[in-house]
Amino acid sequence: MPLLELDAVTKTFGTLVAANGVSLRIDSGAIVAMIGPNGAGKSTIFNAITGIYAPTAGRIVFDGKRIDREPTYRIAAAGIARTFQNIRLFSFMSALDNVMVGEHARLRARLWDSLLHTPAQRAEERETRERARELLAFVGLERLSERYARNLPYGSQRHLEIARALASSPKLLLLDEPAAGMNPREKHDLVALIRAIRDRGVTVLLIEHDMGLVMELAERITVLDHGERIAEGTPAEVRRDPHVIEAYLGAPAP
Amino acid sequence: MIYIYFLAAIAVVVVAERVPSVGAKRALYAALGAALLLAPLVDRNDSDYNVLADAGVFVLLALGLNIVVGFAGLLDLGYAAFFAIGAYTYGMLASPQFGIHLPFWVLLFVAAALAALFGIILGAPTLRLHGDYLAIVTLGFGEIVPQIFQNLTAYTGGPNGISALDFPSFFGHSFGQRALPYYYVTLALIALGLALARNLRESRLGRAWMAIREDELAARHMGINTTLVKLSAFALGASFSGLGGVVFAAKLSLVSPDLFQFQVSVLIVSMLVLGGMGNIPGVVVGSLVLTLVNSVVLPQANALASAVGLHVDFSSYHFFIYGAILVGIMLFKPEGLLPSVQRREELRHATAPQDVRA
Amino acid sequence: MHEFLAQLINGISLGSIYALIALGYTMVYGIIGLINFAHGDVYTLGSFFSLAILGLLGATGELHGPALVIDAGLALFGAALLCGIAGVLIERLAYRRLRNAPRLAPLITAIGVSFILENAMQVWKGPSPVPFPAILPNPAVTVAGVAISLQQFVVVGLAIATMLALQLFVHGTRVGRAMRATAQDRDAAQLMGIDINKTIAITFLIGSALAGVAGFVSGVYYQSTWFFNGFGAGLKAFTAAVLGGIGNLAGAMLGGFLIGIVESFATWLLGGQWSNVAVFAILILALVFRPSGLLGETLPEKV
Repeated sequence: MPLLELDAVTKTFGTLVAANGVSLRIDSGAIVAMIGPNGAGKSTIFNAITGIYAPTAGRIVFDGKRIDREPTYRIAAAGIARTFQNIRLFSFMSALDNVMVGEHARLRARLWDSLLHTPAQRAEERETRERARELLAFVGLERLSERYARNLPYGSQRHLEIARALASSPKLLLLDEPAAGMNPREKHDLVALIRAIRDRGVTVLLIEHDMGLVMELAERITVLDHGERIAEGTPAEVRRDPHVIEAYLGAPAP
Repeated sequence: MIYIYFLAAIAVVVVAERVPSVGAKRALYAALGAALLLAPLVDRNDSDYNVLADAGVFVLLALGLNIVVGFAGLLDLGYAAFFAIGAYTYGMLASPQFGIHLPFWVLLFVAAALAALFGIILGAPTLRLHGDYLAIVTLGFGEIVPQIFQNLTAYTGGPNGISALDFPSFFGHSFGQRALPYYYVTLALIALGLALARNLRESRLGRAWMAIREDELAARHMGINTTLVKLSAFALGASFSGLGGVVFAAKLSLVSPDLFQFQVSVLIVSMLVLGGMGNIPGVVVGSLVLTLVNSVVLPQANALASAVGLHVDFSSYHFFIYGAILVGIMLFKPEGLLPSVQRREELRHATAPQDVRA
Repeated sequence: MHEFLAQLINGISLGSIYALIALGYTMVYGIIGLINFAHGDVYTLGSFFSLAILGLLGATGELHGPALVIDAGLALFGAALLCGIAGVLIERLAYRRLRNAPRLAPLITAIGVSFILENAMQVWKGPSPVPFPAILPNPAVTVAGVAISLQQFVVVGLAIATMLALQLFVHGTRVGRAMRATAQDRDAAQLMGIDINKTIAITFLIGSALAGVAGFVSGVYYQSTWFFNGFGAGLKAFTAAVLGGIGNLAGAMLGGFLIGIVESFATWLLGGQWSNVAVFAILILALVFRPSGLLGETLPEKV
């Protein structure tokens, strides 16, 4: 059984068809990339998976349950975490607090616990903080844990978003252009980090424009163009696919 | 004399928030608490406690609104509505109005619960709104609630309100006309309010509030049920104001709709803005400074002016003062006079815009 | 039926004042995304300025012939001009610095400006309502059994003429085009060589001048003014702007007339003490259920 399955997902905005019958299967433990020119519908698919939009048609099944009519917060709690193309950290909160917010869905404290700081709440808070520190260390930010997110360097903000996403112990992590704006060295580190994340048992689906990185990292690639899936396969298969070449070079394949 | 209380309290908070050692900070606050508790042994002037009890009510209101505006980032411009609900709860259930005379202490709980309930009822329609639209809707509610109290004459006494409210009593001892018992009640409520507000800030719920304040959509992706989290902010924030309303009404022995106009809501927002939204000690300082100005400095300035033969009514400059605070602080010191140390540091060291490379 | 028509005409007169104020809200919101909370007070300022100018001209009662045209004209244009200048100053001093600040900062500042203006006017003319000279002769015309006063004709006529002039300006001039371009996409407009600061200043100038016209008109209509009028009128005009679709000029006018009519009918049918409740209920319902307004369009949330 795949971890995530999109079955003919369509999303329209008025007359604009942002995604048209896109199907996708992601097996547990995989690293999968979604590529395609700008406006191909990649972000639309991410937003449909995380419940920002309800698909106009089609089904999304995660971990054996239909999620395409669930609100975002429930999908997150069910085990899908994400980062954003244009970083969306909690600016005026410390890096540590950002990660602790990420743990929200795992925590059990009720209103009463929060108001009165019951012993159970205190214990949970200690554990939450410790775990957040571990995650910051995992992405290499342990030294910056007390800084406001907005004051971190750009690359660190990308890493903090990943740590925050991992904090909920997700089964599936969606990364939206994680390498955007990074130099080659940072990209190299990012590849290692994503592999380490997979090795923790998290399945990864990423949108990325950097083909070198995608080819190196992804086990399977889905290619979208004009809202439709035009190819799917291993990096080698996708690279040879005439539809892909056409979409990227704008000329019919010979 | 009255100045000493305000200035001492403000000074202690400002210093305590700047000392590096936690021990020294605790000692300073403990000393302030003890001094406030024991002050009546030295100062027997009941009018001082009258001013202080009023100030205490506003500290409580500011702490409550800070949950909504400072923590959760929901600009509520109709907070006085919940103050009104608290006050009318006492007015209607502890007065000759209906011949119901429930005890003050019971009504504190009833009013806190009712205000929280109305926080949810009035908060629910605003859930999908952001920023300034939310502010305007809450303002609308803030206008409607006192107007309804005014219109339902049969129950609320209309524009004249309800007077001759019961004096509370404590183990059979009536508070009577004295302000001192109210002073102790507000001290106790502030202590409670401070503890709860601090607990909330350092909790799962408090972090969720701050997350929706910073980025609601990202917060939803953290598994935060924004509906529930926002409603809890409205409810908890309103409950503080319900408590404040009961004390206020009982002390004045009167409720009337004109006590809860828009100006009151803006006054409380000004307290938060002045002290630094979201920062509990800042909010306390902001509310102390403004009540000091309102209920001590301006009346004395009037007295002074008329003593030297000037006919200036300084108390007609209230609006100007709130307005100048809102504009001045927002333009020149948006983090408020007493932001948390971290916020101050971070704003000072803010790096260049980060999206250059994006 | 007569009462119905009379209330309708009442509502339209009232609504034309709201419509004039609503235009300023909607223009400013359209261009910088700010609820200019002080706008209602600029409207009151307009009636105060008119009052002062009429005072200078010695016009204390009914005017006739050339005196009517000259004095009323001076008061009208003077109030519009002074309000326009006030609006530009407010933008320059209080809002411009906050153009890129978090969204609530300028709103809080605007509330502050509103309080300062109200206090200034309170000090200027005192805390009580001030009489406004009844400069217009008052022959009522009876149409279909309903008496319509000259005031009502003037109020509605002036409002409609002003709105038409605004439409011509916004759609027919270079500056108008610059305003629309800036409202749509400030960065792109800047790249096209539009002076953003100047365009925003002009928006405030015009919006506030319209409030000045409304201030004059309301003085003539009610023959009274009060430093605190702008608070309620401003909120109602803002409601009108939201109801019509904020940022949309035609919507603001439509909303203004609707709110005027609602208020007038609520006063008639429910009693004056419920009319504010009715208007604010509409504000809340409009914002909650159709925040894009009657003539606006909904946009998907951007991620």
